[in-house]
Order: sequence, then structure tokens, then C-alpha cells
Amino acid sequence: MKNLTALLLLLALSFGAFASEGIELQKANIDLSNSASLQRGAKNFVTYCLGCHSIKHIRYLRIALDIDVDPKKVLQDIAPEGANIYDQLHSAMNAHDAEKWFGTQPPDLSLIARSRGADWLNSYLKSYYIDPKSPRGVNNLIFEDTAMPNPLWQLQGEQHAEHKKNIWGDEDTTLVIKEPGTLSEGEFDIFINDLVNFLVYVGEPVQLERQRIGKYVIFFILMFIVLAYLLKKEYWKNIH
Amino acid sequence: MKRSRITECNDWFLERFPLTKLWNEHMTHYYAPKNFNFWYFFGSLALLVLVNQILTGIFLTMNYKPDAKLAFDSVEYIMRDVNWGWLIRYMHSTGSSAFFIVVYLHMFRGLLYGSFKHPRELVWIFGMLLFVALMAEAFMGYLLPWGQMSYWGAQVIISLFSAIPVIGDDLSLWLRGDYVVSDATLNRFFAFHVIAVPLALVMLVFLHIVALHEVGSNNPDGIEIKESKDPWGHPVDGIPFHPYYTVKDLVGVGVFLLFFATIIFYMPEMGGYFLEHANFIPADPMKTPEHIAPVWYFTPFYAILRAIPDKFAGVIGMGGAIVVLFLLPWLDRSPVKSIRYRGGIYKKALFLFVISFLALGYLGTQPATPTATIVARFFTAIYFGFFLLMPLYTRWEKTKPVPKRLTSVHSIEEQLPALIEEITHLKQGSTEIGHHAFKSAFFTRTPNPTGIKNVISRLAKNAKGSLD
Repeated sequence: MKNLTALLLLLALSFGAFASEGIELQKANIDLSNSASLQRGAKNFVTYCLGCHSIKHIRYLRIALDIDVDPKKVLQDIAPEGANIYDQLHSAMNAHDAEKWFGTQPPDLSLIARSRGADWLNSYLKSYYIDPKSPRGVNNLIFEDTAMPNPLWQLQGEQHAEHKKNIWGDEDTTLVIKEPGTLSEGEFDIFINDLVNFLVYVGEPVQLERQRIGKYVIFFILMFIVLAYLLKKEYWKNIH
Repeated sequence: MKRSRITECNDWFLERFPLTKLWNEHMTHYYAPKNFNFWYFFGSLALLVLVNQILTGIFLTMNYKPDAKLAFDSVEYIMRDVNWGWLIRYMHSTGSSAFFIVVYLHMFRGLLYGSFKHPRELVWIFGMLLFVALMAEAFMGYLLPWGQMSYWGAQVIISLFSAIPVIGDDLSLWLRGDYVVSDATLNRFFAFHVIAVPLALVMLVFLHIVALHEVGSNNPDGIEIKESKDPWGHPVDGIPFHPYYTVKDLVGVGVFLLFFATIIFYMPEMGGYFLEHANFIPADPMKTPEHIAPVWYFTPFYAILRAIPDKFAGVIGMGGAIVVLFLLPWLDRSPVKSIRYRGGIYKKALFLFVISFLALGYLGTQPATPTATIVARFFTAIYFGFFLLMPLYTRWEKTKPVPKRLTSVHSIEEQLPALIEEITHLKQGSTEIGHHAFKSAFFTRTPNPTGIKNVISRLAKNAKGSLD
């Protein structure tokens, strides 16, 4: 018995060692009740992403209702000119052209936050660096040889990768901004965080509502358990 | 006296249909042992989840489109634009995982108390057929959202059939209806998932319950309550299923719903185990995901498949892992049913089996590295060892004498007051606040370190002792 326990423990430990590889992701600060952040995120998305990426599973009206903003304001501040409030967020780029230019069609981002996760998106968008060997002149630390060019380079500035050997002899890569962009590092962090916050919202617009309803459902079930338990006790009092 | 219209209608119906007889036979006059414990909740809970799956499934079908071009988007349409569609869909997706949790615990109960043994072999066989039908239902249902994992999971599993010699390739082609998983596959899986397999499931549940009620329920002591009856012919240790177990199961339903609702409303993806992250990407036949893992409830069997080096042998191994369960009533040669009266070997074997099942389940979700494969082989050997060595160790081991009547075990609620007494000190204190007239003595309970130590060491001793 003792030997077996030791063996199991050893196995558990050896798995733990495998789990620690990979680049550490930067945590995104997700707050779907922060309407201002979601509005900025929506605006950022329409300005910098919608050119290539659709989010076809959501409409402007739904955004307006969910983040509690006047639909007129959404059309004025967020949506591109000429958009209708009932429109889904479709990219104007032709799929055939996209395939020719980028080698692949830019994916719809409606569910990207659910497949990749907020932290991954947050890190990915900040991890572009200048790479002369790559066809688009940039590469990404999180997603190597990504087909997407960096649409945010003017905001972030030019980032370069610096390789250093750490004490274990492995190579560590750090990204350093060589040429500053129009936003400071802090401002850029907030910019990306808003964008990721918005994508998390778009991934599942009903999140806040289900959490709100959940409280009542669970309260009801707890009451039900108490009543059911008392009923059971009453019926069973003569069973020994 | 004038009879009311309603009574007349009632009588008209009851003269033509044996409703009273059915109700009595299966509810109020069905005598169940009075000592059912925690493990006996999961049968009725499985029925509850089945009803949940059928009802939510009906509503999902109203907006789902079984078409390779539309399927993925129609699921998102349900999640966003259909009123309460998200709730129905999460109830269905969480329900499928809940179904397997409940069924695995239900089966484990069978292993604990020997519920598969004579005279309940047929109950176990119907139960196993239900389990196989449930796996088919879950597998085909998982293709329907048409995400990357849906697509590639189905691709991997169907291609397993091509490992069968001679007929393999034709067989997998026939199953898919195409050379790869495609619209044709989606349509036939939809047909099977929404009508064929559910019909089989409902029929098998009926057979499972009829067969159970013919021989009567087993119990944690593993003795037949029918052997000691009172002068009226009722088992002395039995109580009518209704109302006693209907009200008791109601508590179980409440506790189950508490967990179920918490997952639905607060963690519907369950960290990528109930809804896999990669399944939020639409199916793409041109892009194979780096890591294909089935949903958690298939992973123990998937790990066995990968552990065996040859593909065909792997398929046999995976199938064998399920077939061997069917044979359980004949593999077990022990004269006693319940784990309470078995010897130490069965207890240790069952413990190892549970460990190996969980470990295989974990390994099935991970990429197959060389180390992981070796570990999976080790646990696969334990899995099969538990069953195939059973005829030997259950015959050898010394069992304990089985009592004639059910033994009574104190429930936790009965033990609680004594336990609190043991782990706390009663201390007298007095209030210093306020006027002297209000100063009164009162008692407080403070933790008692030696008491707590005694309880823990007793628990540890009991845990160790229960394995011998």
C-alpha cells in the first residue's frame, strides 16, 4: 500500500513538471459592468479591427441595450458612417481578396474570447515585434508566424525582441519599445484591455444577465431544499 | 347521493385502464429496503437528467439547423437571439455532463454493493445497454454544434472503425456517408441524436425499471429483504417506495439542482471541460487542431485506446473496456454482495480501479507524450486487472458473515450533536457590559484540541480499517 502511494505521488509530481512550460500570459482585467470601458472597446474595435474582422453574431442595437447607451449615440460614436442600428458588425473586406492578401481569411471574432481566452488576446495584441525575416515585417511572441500584421503599431510604437540567457541556460525573450507610438505604455494597456473587455462581452452577451438571474434561482433552490428536507423528516420520523 | 361529473369520468377511465394497479405495483406497494444511503440517489437523478435532456432538446431542435453551412451559426443564434435560448442550451450542454457524472456514480454504487449479482444480472445488463446507448447519444450530439472539436472528434472516432480488417474502410464510409465527416454525417447524426437513440434510451429505462421491480432493489447490506417478511407478506425491512423514497429523492433532487444551477449560471464552460474552448471555432475540414481530445466523459476510454500501440488492438481494448463491464455478474465469484462483508482484496482492488479510472480520464485530456503513454499503459493494466482477475481474488478472499436483517448505521445528522460535544469545550462566561442586574452567566463553546485530534485519528483508523 505504502509503495503504491509513493508511486502515485511520484507520478503526480512528474506531471506537475510538464505543466509549467509555455509563455506566461498577461492577465486582462475583465469587468463587463464597466460601460465606459465597453464603449471605448467597441469604438476601438470598429476603428482598428472591423476593417478585416467581422463580429457577425452581434448587432449595434444589442450592444446599445446591453451596455446601456442610447442607440443614437452608438450610431454616432461607435458605428461607421451609414450603418443601421439593426446591422450586424460585418467587415467590408471581400473574402476572396483577403485570401489573396493574407493567405487566409481573417476569422470572425464573435467567439474569439471564448476560444482563446481574454488573457491570451490581451497578451497577443501586445506581443508584436519587428522581424525583418517575416513577410509582413513583424512577428508575434505568443502566436508565431501569425498571418495578421500589427494594426496597432502606430499606437504602441515599434517593439523589438531581445534575447537573453537566463540562469538555467534557456533563452528568455523580452520585448522592448524602441520607437514610442502615439500612446504611452499605460494608455496602450488600457486601450487593449478595453478592446479585450469588449470581445469578452461579444463572446457571450448574456453573461451579466445570467449571473444576475442565477442568484434568484439558487436562492429558490435553497428554499426548496429546506422544505423538501423538512417534509422528508416528517415522513420518516417513524422509520427506524 | 348524486355523483359528480368528475368522479364519473374518473371511474370511466379506471374501468378501462389499470392505472391504480400500475401505481400500486411500482410506487405505493413497491417495497424498497429502508437503509438506502447517499449512493442510492443517483438512479432517480439519472431519470431527472434524462427528462431534462429530452425537454431542452425539443426546444433546441426548434431553432437548430442540421446543415453544415448553418449549424454553427444556428447554435449562436439560439445563444443570442432566441428568448431564453442560452438557458435552454446551457441546460442541455451541462445536462449531458451531469448525465455521465450521475450515471458513473450510479454504476459505482453497483460495484460497492454488488447490485449486479444474482438475481439482478438482467438489471445490470439493461443498465449497461443504457450506458452504451448514452455514449452513442452523447457522441452524436457532440457533432451537432459543428465546432472544431465536434468535427475532429467525430473524424477520429469514426476513423477507428477503419482499423477493423477487411470491412473497415467500407464500414467507416458507410457510417459517415462520405469520405470525410460532412453534411451527410451531420444529418444522419442529427436523426440518430433526436429520435433513434432517445427512443432506445426511453425503452431501455422502462426495461431497466421493470426488471428491477421484479427482483426488488438491492441495499448497502447486500441482503434480500424478501427473505424476512411480516404476517401480511411485506418485507420487514422494506418501506413503500412512495411516499418514503419519493420525498427522500426530492431532497436529492434539490441538492443536485443546486450544483446544476451553479454550473449553468456561473460556469457553463466548466473550465473547458463541459464546453471545450476549441469548439467555439467553426468546423474547418482543412485545419486539424493541434490537440484533439474528446469530452471528459469519454477520456478514460480514449486513454486506453491511445495506450495500446497497435490501432486495431487499441480499438479492441477500448471496446473491451466496455464489454468487460457487461460480464461483471459472472466475473464476480464472491458469496457476498456488499463491500461491507467482502474481504480486503476486493476493497483494495476497487480502490485501485477507481484511481485508474480517474487517472485514465485525466490522461485522456492531455497530449500523448511518451511518459504519459507509459503511465496510461500502467493504469490500463490495472483497469483490466480489476475485472479479469476478479474470478480469482473474489473466490480466494475470506468474507465476513452476512447478517439476516439490515443493520442500522447512524446517519450524519444523528451523529452531529455528539461530534460537536466531542470537539468543543463548554465554557462559562459572563457579560461585563451594562448594569449589574443584567449581568448573567452564559455558556460558550470553544474548540477542544484533544477532542479534534481524537476525532481525526479515529477517522484515519476507520478509513484504514475499512480497507481490510
